[in-house]
Amino acid sequence: MSAHLTAERRPLTAERTPVDLSVDSGDERRLYWALADSLNVARRFLTHYRNKPSYILWQLGFPIISVLLYGYVFSGAMKAPGGEGGSDAYRDFLMAGMFVMTMAFGFMNTATGVVYDATKGVIDRFRSMPMAPSAVVTGRGLTDIIVACAELTILALTALAMGWRAHGSFGETVAGFALLVLLRFSLIWVGVWLGLLVPSPEAAGGLYAVVFPLTMVSSIFVPTSSMPGWLGTVAAWNPISSTGTAVRELFGNPVGADGSWIEQNALLMAVVWPLVVTAVFLPLAVRRFQKLSR
Amino acid sequence: METHAVRAEGLQKRYGEKRALDGFDLTVHRGTVHGLLGPNGAGKTTAVRALATLLKLDGGRAQVAGVDVGKDPRGVRAKIGLAGQYAAVDELLSGRQNLELFGRLFHLGGRRARLRADELLEQFDLVEAAAKSVGDYSGGMRRRLDLAASMILAPEVLFLDEPTTGLDPRGRGEVWEAVRALVDGGTTVLLTTQYLDEADKLASRITVIDQGRAIADDTPAELKNTVGGDRIEVVVAEDSDLVPALAVVARVCEGEPSVDRAERRIHAAVADRVAALTEVARTLQDQAVQVEDIGLRRPSLDDVFLTLTGHTTKDSEEPGEPAPSVREEVPA
Repeated sequence: MSAHLTAERRPLTAERTPVDLSVDSGDERRLYWALADSLNVARRFLTHYRNKPSYILWQLGFPIISVLLYGYVFSGAMKAPGGEGGSDAYRDFLMAGMFVMTMAFGFMNTATGVVYDATKGVIDRFRSMPMAPSAVVTGRGLTDIIVACAELTILALTALAMGWRAHGSFGETVAGFALLVLLRFSLIWVGVWLGLLVPSPEAAGGLYAVVFPLTMVSSIFVPTSSMPGWLGTVAAWNPISSTGTAVRELFGNPVGADGSWIEQNALLMAVVWPLVVTAVFLPLAVRRFQKLSR
Repeated sequence: METHAVRAEGLQKRYGEKRALDGFDLTVHRGTVHGLLGPNGAGKTTAVRALATLLKLDGGRAQVAGVDVGKDPRGVRAKIGLAGQYAAVDELLSGRQNLELFGRLFHLGGRRARLRADELLEQFDLVEAAAKSVGDYSGGMRRRLDLAASMILAPEVLFLDEPTTGLDPRGRGEVWEAVRALVDGGTTVLLTTQYLDEADKLASRITVIDQGRAIADDTPAELKNTVGGDRIEVVVAEDSDLVPALAVVARVCEGEPSVDRAERRIHAAVADRVAALTEVARTLQDQAVQVEDIGLRRPSLDDVFLTLTGHTTKDSEEPGEPAPSVREEVPA
């Protein structure tokens, strides 16, 4: 390699001059650069998917398998809430749950991405550069929202192919998907916080063990009214249950509400819960990020 | 123009009870490679992270490229490059995509980021691997890409934190050459290392750090002089030859000779190097002691560390600053 190492920034060819390296310090137009830096960080993550398109399918592997498993294998034995309609009705009930679960598990992608960058020095590199420090996190969040939309599209197409339909109006259907993305948005901050908290990517993988039961104790797979009393109450107050119930209402799918306050106000709570989660975890994530310089 | 690339006075950084930096002073002259040498836990990484604006100091003042680290961290960031203990590049991107990404984040814009990536790929001999995923790079290539990424704005001061930790000898050689080329191009380099030969090979000046304090600051040659003169080294063929050989060496050397029984090696400081060598060689031959190797060597920086601190580089390791768990990468 020694022959190729050049001490000075020589032009590559006779007619090419060295690149002008004068840059805007970013002091003047902070907001512009914060936005531009976020977009460039997002571009980085989206390039991952462009380089390895199969990644998104790996991420979707679990929900798609679950859709097939619960939709075909179990649906014969599973009853939709209310008991009428047989396996087709259960499938309709299930799909919205799958959408919610995919959004809920999404924060694991955030956490894994953040912990990888934190432990491999990438965040340190960003912080040593004259870019907006916030872009490290906002770029990640922007990517997560874009990926979440792609995931929902693929899942919805799979569900459509299996006979699932949204029976609500166009507006209601869009509102349903918007609530799903809102849930995912609030969980970005949980993911960033956890990603900066756990010591290694391996430890982040272990979070699944905690997250999986948390998502099961909800209305994703079965109505909370079918659970033992106290567990049903816990499950009903699980934030993702509110999103699930609200989305089912908007899609005109079977809901299985038991008439409790939390379920009757699912639409409201599907907005309130994500805002509460954001209000708690966004400051926590910011504090954790600032703590890196201690 | 400021003649000091880095100037730090009385830096303090505490983690609970532990003083990671305890009145650390450092002066790095422009256009030089300055080695920051010390064992794990001595405070090298803390010092570099503080100078690179990644850590807030508890006390002391520091200027990098003439800019105050505490008052204007953004100003410092525009003038430095940092290559930390990990090759902080994105494994899922190609080499070129990495450099373009960092170029954009350095606010070069798309077109200049592309052109600059071309320049750096050429400079760091990565043109052929440019389109390959960094996940498939060897350890040495990854570090070179890391160096290239930290050189995007041709910074005045480059911080290299243990740039060859975890590399095989070939990878180390590649990185050393790249660093030398950078300095020939005018960049000031502050390099931390726990490899004594690395500081000796690359740096024109070395600061030895122990327990958060600079305990010596000198040229490699002068540092070696502080441990006294040259050393004589004798390796004998048989274990039974060790005792007579030791007696012969003891007669000509200053102080106590040290013995490595496993390697049947004796070494000792000598004042008059040639006379000592002649005397030892002649006497050993007279006594029919079988010698495998005999010679003079300059003291190593290991000797320096032992003299300065009273302990070797190995026994000052503390749990406070964990050794980086860098993955071993062996080039295919």
